[in-house]
Amino acid sequence: MSLLRIGALLPLNTLGHYIHWHWIDISVANFIVICLMVVTFIVALFAPFPGRRRRKENK
Amino acid sequence: MTKRFRPDVDAPEWKGGHSPYDILKEGAIALLVVAILTIGLAIVFGSPDEPAISLKTWSTATPVDFAQDALSQLNATSETATYGPPYNNVSTGQQLGPLQLAKWVGVTMQINTAKVFVIDPLKSQPAQPALKGALAQWSSASSSTRASWVANYTKSATKMKWVAGAIVVNATNAGPVPEFITYLTDMARTGALDAVLTQQSAFYTTNYTLPLLFLEDGTYLSNQATHEHLAGDQWGMMNETGNYPGQAWLWLYTFWYQVPPFNSSGNADILVWGLMMLLTLLLALVPFIPGLRTIPRKVKIYRLIWKEHYQNLD
Amino acid sequence: MSNEMDRQWTTRLRHRVLKVLPPEKVMPDTQPTYVSSWIYVFGVTTVAALIVVIASGCLLALRGPLWWHTSSIGLFVNSLHLWSVEIFFFAMVIHLWGKYFMAAWRGGRALTWITGVVTFVVSIATAFTGYLSQTNFDAQWISTQAKDGINATGGGAYFNVLNTGQMLMWHIVLLPIAIIALVGLHVLLVRIKGVVPPFEEPAKVAVES
Repeated sequence: MSLLRIGALLPLNTLGHYIHWHWIDISVANFIVICLMVVTFIVALFAPFPGRRRRKENK
Repeated sequence: MTKRFRPDVDAPEWKGGHSPYDILKEGAIALLVVAILTIGLAIVFGSPDEPAISLKTWSTATPVDFAQDALSQLNATSETATYGPPYNNVSTGQQLGPLQLAKWVGVTMQINTAKVFVIDPLKSQPAQPALKGALAQWSSASSSTRASWVANYTKSATKMKWVAGAIVVNATNAGPVPEFITYLTDMARTGALDAVLTQQSAFYTTNYTLPLLFLEDGTYLSNQATHEHLAGDQWGMMNETGNYPGQAWLWLYTFWYQVPPFNSSGNADILVWGLMMLLTLLLALVPFIPGLRTIPRKVKIYRLIWKEHYQNLD
Repeated sequence: MSNEMDRQWTTRLRHRVLKVLPPEKVMPDTQPTYVSSWIYVFGVTTVAALIVVIASGCLLALRGPLWWHTSSIGLFVNSLHLWSVEIFFFAMVIHLWGKYFMAAWRGGRALTWITGVVTFVVSIATAFTGYLSQTNFDAQWISTQAKDGINATGGGAYFNVLNTGQMLMWHIVLLPIAIIALVGLHVLLVRIKGVVPPFEEPAKVAVES
């Protein structure tokens, strides 16, 4: 129950941090999300996909 | 007869092999992974909940800002009073070239700000001799007399102060206007104005149009929003309160508001809407747009996606 | 009798459906060997996230729209709803990127692409009405700002973002029905047409039969 008390071990309720770069003004949280998306996309492109031998057998 | 094969439109027939595939198992695994990730994120980060600002909160924190807003409703200079459709016909609303969409659709929620935000709420209160007298004085006056009272009060209201729990404005020939502003501020500070504007003499309600418009016309709400980095010129549409991720998918929509000509245009909203509708249509119609539909084949990221297939071919 | 049965709406629809979507297409047990990349998991991940969004939304519905303000369990369920939505958009956009770079509209799959884009847009609208239904400061700010955009189109005359009850009902009834219908159509189209084959190298001359 204590986990649910605030619903957060690391509550993010403090005033937001922002990155300013020229005319771009983005929250650290959004920046992290976007970076994670790009990284995930790149990893998905390169990471080996299991079942290669099975697919070779069914070529 | 064979048609010309268009590599960006047509797909070759697959004559290769198939391997076993369990679609239900894939779905179940995806569901499990997403559920665990969701629960984990919820436990670690929770979610934001900044409490709503009531008219009571606002008028208690910044009574002068509230009173100035009330005056702007009475003298019809507030944003709501001068908005145009769908609230009134004081202006024509925004236009996109020859398109005056808001005007063409018209007024569907008529709001006379002096009546709705000031006079009617005051009339709803139990009779107090001074207020009763003020309202009687107002209703028996001509519209030019009322306008003169309001104008005289407005002139002096630039030096409005909050002193010993009361609004103080040294105005002359302002009729009952000082009583109106004072009483309305007191009403707000007790919470009575929240109730009157929300309920509109009904019992149940789920429509907050009136208190929200009143609140937005002041500066308290927008000051809180700017503090939280949610304002339109702060890329605010993408943001969430605190350090939570917001709506990153609105990046392009909010981008336009930061740059000319949108950032200084009175028609910014309809211009951005029009542009985003066009871009969305282009995205939907990519399969039919030469150039846009050719980029994937030229950029060759597909060679990474299908690398195993191309290696087998080699 | 057989002629009469063949003319029945039920029989005709059944034949038509089975022709387009035989059982082995609806519930396949094989897939082409070129489906061999992690990029392919983001579609099903998006659907999985949608299921969690709807499930957490149903939990929120059990105790009403104000529950999460005063209950720690309610706040936790709200957190589930928020983070599943973030995962939903995260996966959907990566799915979009992958499908674009595969030119997945090829071979008569344009409608699959279009339903995907429409689902994306409707999802944004659904998330928007969700933010409006929060009954907190964020909802107050978003509604008073968004009204200007929507009023400018004329839509605000009937779609009143300051009307919390109206926005809540769009969020929990009308838009979820639209999303489920669109996602259903999108997935069925993928099953009917199959997953788009790789680009041929070198480029082919004759069209597929």
